[in-house]
Amino acid sequence: MQSTSASFKANAHDALGDAGLQKALAFTRPAFPARRAAAVAALPEFERLRDIGRDIKNHTLANLDFYLESWAGNVERAGGRVHWCPTAADARAAILAICQQAGARTVTKGKSMISEEIGINDHLEAHGIEPVETDLGEYILQLRKEPPSHIIAPAFHLNREDWEESFRASHTDLPADRVFNERRDILTEARRKLREKFLAADVGITGANFLIAESGSSVIVTNEGNGDLTQTLPRVHIVLASIEKVVPTLEDATSLLRLLARSATGQDMSVYTTFSTGARRPGDLDGPEEYHVVLLDNGRSGMIGTEFQEMLRCIRCAACMNHCPVYFAVGGHSYGWVYPGPMGSVLTPALTGVDKAGHLPNASTFCGKCESVCPVKIPLPKLMRHWREREFERHLTPSAMRTNLGVWAWFARRPAMYRAVTRVAAWGLGLLGRKRGRFTSLPFAGGWTDGRDLPAPEGETFFARYAREQRAGRV
Amino acid sequence: MSKDQMLAAIRRGLKRGALPEDQAMALRARMAAHPRHLVPARSRVARPAQVALFIANVEKEFGSVARVASLAEVPAAVADYLSGQNLPTDFAMAPHPELTDAVPWSERPMLQIRVGRAQASDLVCVQHGYAAVAETGTLMLPAAPERPTTLNLLGDTAIVVLRASRVVGAFEEAWDLLRAERHDALTGGFMPRNVMLVTGPSRSADIESTLELGAHGPRRLHVVLVDDDPAALAAA
Ligand code: SF4
Repeated sequence: MQSTSASFKANAHDALGDAGLQKALAFTRPAFPARRAAAVAALPEFERLRDIGRDIKNHTLANLDFYLESWAGNVERAGGRVHWCPTAADARAAILAICQQAGARTVTKGKSMISEEIGINDHLEAHGIEPVETDLGEYILQLRKEPPSHIIAPAFHLNREDWEESFRASHTDLPADRVFNERRDILTEARRKLREKFLAADVGITGANFLIAESGSSVIVTNEGNGDLTQTLPRVHIVLASIEKVVPTLEDATSLLRLLARSATGQDMSVYTTFSTGARRPGDLDGPEEYHVVLLDNGRSGMIGTEFQEMLRCIRCAACMNHCPVYFAVGGHSYGWVYPGPMGSVLTPALTGVDKAGHLPNASTFCGKCESVCPVKIPLPKLMRHWREREFERHLTPSAMRTNLGVWAWFARRPAMYRAVTRVAAWGLGLLGRKRGRFTSLPFAGGWTDGRDLPAPEGETFFARYAREQRAGRV
Repeated sequence: MSKDQMLAAIRRGLKRGALPEDQAMALRARMAAHPRHLVPARSRVARPAQVALFIANVEKEFGSVARVASLAEVPAAVADYLSGQNLPTDFAMAPHPELTDAVPWSERPMLQIRVGRAQASDLVCVQHGYAAVAETGTLMLPAAPERPTTLNLLGDTAIVVLRASRVVGAFEEAWDLLRAERHDALTGGFMPRNVMLVTGPSRSADIESTLELGAHGPRRLHVVLVDDDPAALAAA
């Protein structure tokens, strides 16, 4: 997928003015945290499970080469094939080759963020193969040629009217005067349309939430059942997985599964959690005849051994974005690439380069909510801060910010002067903002005031007040 | 080779070469022992409460459960459910001997049964339950010639016949059953081609974040629970 992360500011500005998006955001904003909170409250061991989840992932990452080799050996023992792909281009080529070998015309797809990451749909289309997204949210986005805006609720930014309009425009074989009375009617039409595709597909591509080293299995987690139809009905099943998905055993995966759905949707378990190990066995009446795993690195190995290694623990639950005030102000598209929200702000610069995505780590209020809900305890604010430092070192910060920070640094090293200047500024701003108590726009600070108001200072700095109170003997 | 290239890149990050043999052996031993981590206390209760927890969780996830005393009562339970929901009386059924041989279907001649995998046109499918997990109300359905995967997915209504003695507390116990009872001729291991853990009927909240049942899979999930476990009945 082409990245527009570099224009985060412009994207965010547009998003703030998008009434439809803001309506959808306002609707979901309270729902996600409430659902998670209820599920967590019902499992007293949840906090201890977070430590366990973190430890399992750390143990695996410290021995990642070993576990990947064990896993790959077991895939092959089960008659599957592993395609080792260092880059997105390698993965695209491997998938295309398998599809061409199978003589595929239609390929159904379960939800996979990596498939967005490597842009496989365009690649298949360019070679005359029709890819069909089968997750309902991904399906409508494909019809609308839009990228997902959330990693587990990809189309939640769309309203019902958007669905109806797209279905009427795309399903032209159905009567034009049909009525959609309720959401159920939209769902039924999608189900019917996609059933045809499932039955016609030659190849099914799914993602993987986990790979299990001890058995060579891949695991998908869905609520719709589309991933299971994708991997059961066609003759060939391709799993698209990245290297950090491996865990040693079923017991390890089980502990992480106890965290995943609760953190994601507030369910105890998603409806379908499916472990696939190789292709159809002798005597089986269904299931694919070929099982391939396309194993992708695409920049992840470069994070190992750096301060960003912790990001590789991520199990893609979306809790961090579901609790993020910035995400709920600007929506997922503003982040400009596959992964939005706090996890995207850390991952995107690592995978696409800090030159393209260096702004993203600034899209944070550092409120710390993301870290406090992350099921594998990734210190997201700290990692964003690391990126900010790197970005500054590389002098990629827009010059206005660098100059201002430079001026600030000069004053900060001269405390007396700093206090004098801020005292005057606070007094001035306090005077200006006295009426409403807040500013909706300020010179040089448009980046702040475009998205929110700045509370006006009360006319005094902390230092000035501290000194005054001290003099009065109150501290 | 790209495999070597990828492993080398990982080892560069880890600042070491391939693991020394003693460390690799320790990791192999960990996999062989597959130690359990914390198992939530909620399922560590007496058998009757465990089965009750399973039923409560299935219902919480929008499934339904009918409890019957023996396999002999399964045909009546299935027929009653189908008529209660206004569903057709023909269905596809798993070729599992516990269903095909041990259940007296002929007592309900109205039911028309096709034994085998599911087809896209099947409205109702009857599956054999391998085991179930009380912790979350989850069914464990490993693929086998006698338990085709399509029966879990293609019907509008999925009915699963499950013996109460196969309800365990936690996921780890269900994995232990699989590890102990199954042997895969191809790999020498225990994992079949596919294991589905199913918790409630298919659903989606993709349209305006509002839950709708029956997205791509079944919109109804009904468990016929056969009380073959006297311990589970003790306090019932
Ligand atoms: S960073 Fe943590 S909270 Fe965010 S998606 Fe990943 S695992 Fe979930």
